[in-house]
This record gives sequence, C-alpha cells and structure tokens, in this order.
Amino acid sequence: MAKLKVAGYWASSCGGCEIATLEIGANIVKLAELADIVFWPCIVDGKYKDVEAMTDGEIDLCLFNGAIQNEENEHQAKVLRAKSKVMVAYGSCSYEGCIPGLANVANQEQIFDRVFVSCPSVDNPDKVIPQTSYQAPEGELTLPKIYDTVRPLAAVIDVDYFVPGCPPTGEQTWAVLEAVVTGNLPAKGSIVGAGTRALCDECKRNKEEKKVKKFYRTHQIMPDPDRCLLEQGLLCAGLATREGCGALCPAAGMPCTGCYGPPDGVVDQGAKFMSAVASIVDSNDPAEIAVILDDIKDPIGTFYRYSLPSSILRRVQIK
Amino acid sequence: MSSADFQPKIVGFLCNWCSYAGADLAGTSRTKYEPSIRIIRVMCSGRVDPTFVLEAFNRGADGVCVIGCHFGDCHYLEGNYKAARRMELLKNMLKQFGIEEGRFRFDMASASEGDRFAQIVNEMTEEVKKLGPYVKYEGAIS
Ligand code: SF4
Ligand code: SF4
Ligand code: FES
Repeated sequence: MAKLKVAGYWASSCGGCEIATLEIGANIVKLAELADIVFWPCIVDGKYKDVEAMTDGEIDLCLFNGAIQNEENEHQAKVLRAKSKVMVAYGSCSYEGCIPGLANVANQEQIFDRVFVSCPSVDNPDKVIPQTSYQAPEGELTLPKIYDTVRPLAAVIDVDYFVPGCPPTGEQTWAVLEAVVTGNLPAKGSIVGAGTRALCDECKRNKEEKKVKKFYRTHQIMPDPDRCLLEQGLLCAGLATREGCGALCPAAGMPCTGCYGPPDGVVDQGAKFMSAVASIVDSNDPAEIAVILDDIKDPIGTFYRYSLPSSILRRVQIK
Repeated sequence: MSSADFQPKIVGFLCNWCSYAGADLAGTSRTKYEPSIRIIRVMCSGRVDPTFVLEAFNRGADGVCVIGCHFGDCHYLEGNYKAARRMELLKNMLKQFGIEEGRFRFDMASASEGDRFAQIVNEMTEEVKKLGPYVKYEGAIS
C-alpha cells in the first residue's frame, strides 16, 4: 500500500494540540510506517509554497488545529482544504473557537490597545502597534491582518470531522488516524472519538441532591473527594459537556470547564451550562437569588470558555 | 428609518396558564397596547430555555420578555421559581454580551391581569424604542 500523506496545521491556538498528538505513544512508530508527514510546521520543516504546489486532494488527511483569527489562518485553511481529501477540525479551537475565541469579548482595536498600549506591564509611550505593512529600507514587510471576530474552522471551510478537546486525548487522535488508514470513515460531519451523552454520565462522583446556596471558585474550598462538585457549589460543566475524556478533571478534584463542547442535542453549551447552574440555586426569593448568582463574576468566561465563537450570539456587541 | 418610525419587534414567551390567558383577556377586553409583541405560548415559564432568548435576539428581535404566573400560582408549582433563577443569571450574562438591560425582561401577569400585560408591553416598547433597533455587531472578518 502506498504511504498515506498526512498534514497538520496550527492557526490561532496555543500549540498544545501539537504536543497532544504525541500522546498516541508507541503508535507513533506505526504512524511513521503508514504515513508520510508532508506538511506540519511544528513537527517538520515545510514551506507554504510546497503545499500550494500540490495537486488538489493530494493530502489524505489534514489535522487542522486552531481557530480563524487572522488572514493567514483563513488563507491556510482554504489552501489545505483544497489539497486534502479528509479535513479534520482537531481540538477545541478549530472545532468551536476555544480560548482564542474569548477574544470575541472585544474587537481588534480594543485588543491591540490592551496588549500593546494600556496593559500595566507595557511601556509604549509612542503607542506603536503592529501594522499589516511596513516600508523598511530593504523593502516592504507585511503581517497578516487580525480580524475583529474569531471563527471556528467550519465557518470558513467545509470540515469532514470534528475532534473535540482542549487538547484531544491520545486515544481520540489515534481513532481518527486509524479510521483514515483503514478507510473505515464515519459519516461526514461526525464528532470523532467522543460519546454522545453528557460528561456526568461517565463521572464517578456520587450524585445526591443539587441545591446550592453559595458558589465557590476552586481555590476557596477543599471539595469532598467523592461527591459531585456542582452539588458542592463548584461550577462544573459536566451537565453541558460531551463525554469522552473519562471525566478527567472531576476525577482530579477540579470541576470540568467544558472543553469537549456540548453533548448531542445541545445547541449552545454556555446557555445550557448557565441554565443548569441557575436552576440549582437553593432559594425562592428573588433578592437572595440575585445575591447568590452575583458571585458568578464572569458569565461568558465561565459558561462559554470554549465555545463563544460557535455559540448563538458568537460575540459581544460593541457600539 | 427615523427613530420616531421605529416599531420594535418584541418576542414574548408567555405561559399557557396565566400570562397567555392574561394576554387573551387584554384582547377580548379590547385593551389597547403597542403592536410590538410577538407572542410565543409555552406551557410554563420554567420551560423557557435561555437558548430561546438568545435565538430570538439572533433572529432579529429588538427585545425579549418572558412572562409567567405570579409566585405561588404556577400550574406546575415551581416552574416560575426556576425561571426566576435562570432569567436572573441570563440577565447578568446578556449585560456582559453588550445587550442593554431594557431589551430583556422577566415578569409576571395572572389570567385576570390583562391590564398588567398591556402595561408590561407598553413599558417595554417604550424602552426599546429609546434604545433603537438591535443591530448585530459582526466586526471585520476579511
Ligand atoms: S457536575 Fe461535574 S462532578 Fe458532578 S457529576 Fe457532573 S461531571 Fe461529575
Ligand atoms: S473534564 Fe471537562 S474540562 Fe476536563 S478534560 Fe474532560 S471535558 Fe475537558
Ligand atoms: S404555568 Fe405559568 S409560570 Fe408555570
């Protein structure tokens, strides 16, 4: 059998997904036997022009991580789409926007101001900010334009499969690679390597009664090691999150923050999460309800930590 | 469109047993109120998933209200308490989303309070008129 051609790319992401691919462990040897890596900036040397010179559909599989936040991200997504038979949105950033997607609470101008001018640790009296084009004596230097709104990969190109997770687990990554190798591909548009139900279904913690008088942040209490964290007032996203990771975080005493995205049947993970949290407030008095809920200082960052760009509202309104 | 001509679109989620009956009463009693509201009947205010409210804004509503029975009157006993909790948190969240407070309201009206229903609609219409149309900000993406 001819060796498969595999590519990888990082757009707006942290780089963690590249490292997570190594979690396929010893299978990496198998991968090297079955496939050639033709382009993957973090892992092998390669040039954009090499990809552009390929024929359409020449790459068998592209694992694309990262959200679309600038011109280069978008361009590269379109090029790789054309060159790849199977395009996978790999990891939460390309699947739903993830942490880079929280930039949608602001716009490009506000972000530049914060990062390059007003941040307390920045000293920039001339207010120098990045330009898309700069005329140096040696010639023009350019940078890709940053957009106001971060989008998930599927908002820009046609995506065949989605692998959730921040980052995906090794088993999931291997499941995708194996599916392509064996030709045993699931239905287009499938979420690969995760279940369909909510994370609570695979969480081992004891569920008793969900009634909460006070919400806590993780550093404020030592939770009971066996009982459901949400019942103890920690904002656990299990009810609004897809199973598949094995409930790693609750098992380690940390509430799930929702990195696998919404389970089947849920359109908007943040709305589902906030609805679940609000319903367990143990009070019937509007004034007391308001006080209890006021402890949640950052609703968007809490409920939409991974899914703001793919949520119903997608971003914050700016006048 | 000048602001004087602006007739807001307000989506109202009304529960079958009280507020919807209240709206009906307003109609049969020929109570005059602003023609801004588009009513969606739900069985109970506790049925209103915050997703519905977000979707209404996403599809062009200038304002959204959820009206249920008074506390103690909910046909399903606890539905409106649940709604009160959800809508309170939703209100905080919408604020962070940059959607002005006047565009969203959670309130109560009984089956005999046609006037109260009309008043809620009128007040809300007034406020949303002041705010103007809800124009979605998309930002530059190319
Ligand atoms: S809310 Fe969190 S801790 Fe509780 S059962 Fe669900 S996943 Fe486990
Ligand atoms: S428990 Fe939640 S946040 Fe942690 S890995 Fe699983 S899905 Fe992600
Ligand atoms: S039936 Fe009216 S609020 Fe529940």
